[in-house]
Amino acid sequence: MSALYEELKQQLAQERGVALATLVRSSSGQGIGAKLLVFPDKSFHGSFGLPELEARVVEDAEQAIWIGEPGTRLYTLGEQTFEVFIEGFPPPPRLIIVGAGHIAIPLTTFARTLGYRVVVIDARAAFATRERFPHADELIVAWPDEVLARMDLNPSTAVAILTHDPKFDEPSLKVVLSRQVGYVGAIGSRKTSQERHERLKQQGLTDEQLSRIHAPIGLNIGAKTPEEMALAIMAEIVASRYGKDRTAILDWTRK
Amino acid sequence: MRDILPDVERWRARGERVAVATVVSVAGSAPRRPGAKLAVSEKGEISGSVSGGCVEPAVIETALQVIKDGKPQMLEFGISEEENFEQIGLACGGTIHVFVERLDW
Repeated sequence: MSALYEELKQQLAQERGVALATLVRSSSGQGIGAKLLVFPDKSFHGSFGLPELEARVVEDAEQAIWIGEPGTRLYTLGEQTFEVFIEGFPPPPRLIIVGAGHIAIPLTTFARTLGYRVVVIDARAAFATRERFPHADELIVAWPDEVLARMDLNPSTAVAILTHDPKFDEPSLKVVLSRQVGYVGAIGSRKTSQERHERLKQQGLTDEQLSRIHAPIGLNIGAKTPEEMALAIMAEIVASRYGKDRTAILDWTRK
Repeated sequence: MRDILPDVERWRARGERVAVATVVSVAGSAPRRPGAKLAVSEKGEISGSVSGGCVEPAVIETALQVIKDGKPQMLEFGISEEENFEQIGLACGGTIHVFVERLDW
């Protein structure tokens, strides 16, 4: 009888997000060791025998999939208390680069070195070539927004939009901002970014959605060359993954 | 979990039962974070760790018992540097809880 274990193993092997919740203490002493395996769509397998407790644990476990910080949580149901250990197993981080230009090349290398799966998308076949991107996990020549719309975008996904061309960048941003990705950045000066912001707002994007765009893209490290710009972008992606804001980056007194 | 899987799979392929010990909470400084795991096979082979080595002997003993009786156990290890010096304790202080269960889920 190892159904949940087998299923967990399979999710990990297929690099899909999953969380495991284990009842480790209960005031009644009942049910210790019971487990729930929780999937990104909040469906789950296993049972605690208490639907109300399960519903609450599933909410927390779904979030834990993407955070990946295991911990024990306390739940109270009437007179009873329960301690549930929840561990999330996020899929490996993935970087999707829209626009196969000169910054995308070193960005692919940095991201691969840091353990990211890298997907490069560009409608221009002359740019998205294997010669230019020998290390990319996937190279896709197609309209980026159409490709993005079909992809599994999740909080382990970072998206860097680098085409410099509104006819590619803006439809891509619209798709990405309609989903919950971990990071989205778009290239362009402050002026370009501001103008893009206005256009997207007119097209119906909310302030909340627009506030999720990192623009100008990358940390302000004075980058001049494509390699330095790629470094600034990659550093920002890592910082964002660990919840650091721009103002905390040089401040070691802050978490 | 990923680090112990290859060994666990090997033991299971041999038909051995397995217990898994997991650090479920940490107070103060401790060598391993919540989620750290130690797997123990029926024959006493181990994989992974739940501390720097100081509590492993006690965890392994419990794990072998849990493999036999199937009853999960919660272990607590703590130390204030002097008082537990000669007993089982953590090198750097702090308290950890380790949940030990048979892998039959």
